[in-house]
Amino acid sequence: MAQYLLSIYQPVGPAPAPEVLEPIMRDLEALNGEMKAAGAWVFAAGLHPTDSATVVRQQGSEVMITDGPFAEAKEHLGGFTVIEAADLDAALGWAGKLTRATTLPVEVRPVQH
Amino acid sequence: MVGATPPAEPEPEHPPAPEQEPAPEHPPEPEQPPAPPPLPEDAEIARVFRQEYGRAVAVLTRILGDIGLAEDAVQDAFTAAVQRWPAAGTPPSPAGWIITTARNRAIDRLRREAGREDRHAQAALLQAAGAGAAAATPEELLLDELSGEGTVDDDRLRLMFTCCHPALATNAQVALTLRLLGGLTTAEIARAFLVPEATMAQRLVRAKAKIRDARIPYRVPQGAELPGRLQPVLAVVYLIFNEGYSPSSGAGPVRGDLCREAIRLGRLLAALMPDEPEVQGLLALMLLIESRRAARLDPARRDGDGGVVLLADQDRRLWDRGLIAEGQELVRRCLRRNRPGPYQLQAAINAVHSDAPAAAATDWRQILRLYDQLLDAAPGPVAALNRAVALAEVEGPERALHLIEGLGLEGYHLLHAVRADFLVRLGRPEEAAAAYRTALELAGSAAERAFLESRLRGLKAWDQEA
Repeated sequence: MAQYLLSIYQPVGPAPAPEVLEPIMRDLEALNGEMKAAGAWVFAAGLHPTDSATVVRQQGSEVMITDGPFAEAKEHLGGFTVIEAADLDAALGWAGKLTRATTLPVEVRPVQH
Repeated sequence: MVGATPPAEPEPEHPPAPEQEPAPEHPPEPEQPPAPPPLPEDAEIARVFRQEYGRAVAVLTRILGDIGLAEDAVQDAFTAAVQRWPAAGTPPSPAGWIITTARNRAIDRLRREAGREDRHAQAALLQAAGAGAAAATPEELLLDELSGEGTVDDDRLRLMFTCCHPALATNAQVALTLRLLGGLTTAEIARAFLVPEATMAQRLVRAKAKIRDARIPYRVPQGAELPGRLQPVLAVVYLIFNEGYSPSSGAGPVRGDLCREAIRLGRLLAALMPDEPEVQGLLALMLLIESRRAARLDPARRDGDGGVVLLADQDRRLWDRGLIAEGQELVRRCLRRNRPGPYQLQAAINAVHSDAPAAAATDWRQILRLYDQLLDAAPGPVAALNRAVALAEVEGPERALHLIEGLGLEGYHLLHAVRADFLVRLGRPEEAAAAYRTALELAGSAAERAFLESRLRGLKAWDQEA
């Protein structure tokens, strides 16, 4: 078994209206339940908007703290799920369900082990 | 002599995509340099290499569970063959000898590396030892691995689906298929696709690293998953064929090899997936197009046009009757099965052409019907262009000329060549000349440019006479 990071990318902007968001959250919860039942679920989280992000980096001997996301982009990481899967096809199967539930593109990356 | 300009040769539906390099390539990983091409010196070894490389890599990939290790092992085995065979003679089963030697070398190599606590090597060693643990002698192992041709062929089919996995970019799918299943060297593939050898080597290294790191599986997809996964496999084989048949630019000695390699892969797929009509359709399509090679590319037949001879002008005695018979039989079987798809329909169109003893005897109404079906099954501008050519044959070029405007193919040289042809037939030579000149600017290969130039010259001569 290997682990994969499924990153959900969402456009910058205000959150969708509650009547749009609610069914999505329900689908997402159902999918998390399905992943847990299958023994595939490792961890999942949704993130606050990038406005809330802070970047910390080393500069010489100092540690610099700056406001904002690491990179300004039209899409950003909105949430992620870590899964356990036998191979890429199995991971892509879960990613397909995740993109259907969220209606957002999902990037699949293998975790180094 | 331009009066009755023949229609354009039906072109493959997918014009080969020009190589598009993604952003700057990363240098190859230091621990995995591109494998040097083997140097089989003996002609017999070279023949075995070409014929058996894909089979050996496929079997070793199953045994070792890793493509990179499999390739290294097969390279080692061929190096050993170069040292041994010239003196000791070619073994009775060259493929068996290569596979057995490769397996033994791989286990030796893995034992050495496992000692260095390489987890990857240890895992592969476990798998390799498990795969042939009971077989102590090479003969037993040979029996074990080669007892059923079926096993080996299944391995090759699995490898094909791995190479053409949709998680890999198309240019990587093509390169991997030619390298691993075709046994072409990195240099040969680079030449065929007009990219620097270092670029091709890096592309292969990165694709193999992705297969390993992302764990792209080594298996034939089943059930509902199969149709979607089969599509890129067929597309890669056809892309290889097209690149050999009408190179997107330049010319090279490897091009004919690409057609042969594509047909070889097509035959393998057709044998392994006899119940998939599109697989049979693709093989039929390639065979029927290939049957006209000698008539289409005979530089001695025509001077000045670089050897491209249009379908209508071809000396049909040069057509390969054996390939036509084989292709037509496959098309008939597809028709009986009645599960049409884009490859089968294109094969059927080519079968109608192959039926006509002379260009004037072509059943254009039948071809038009098939293009209508093709546009239903797989709508696309190139198919629409070819349909317009058939329509012009059935009812004259007027409506066809109108139809090809607005297909969005302004960057495709054949659109302008077809348009020029229609305009000539409509008695509008100045517009035709302009269209030929546009086609010339866009044409990729020297042969195509030379052909268009000869058309343009013919048009001027005709204009002066008139």
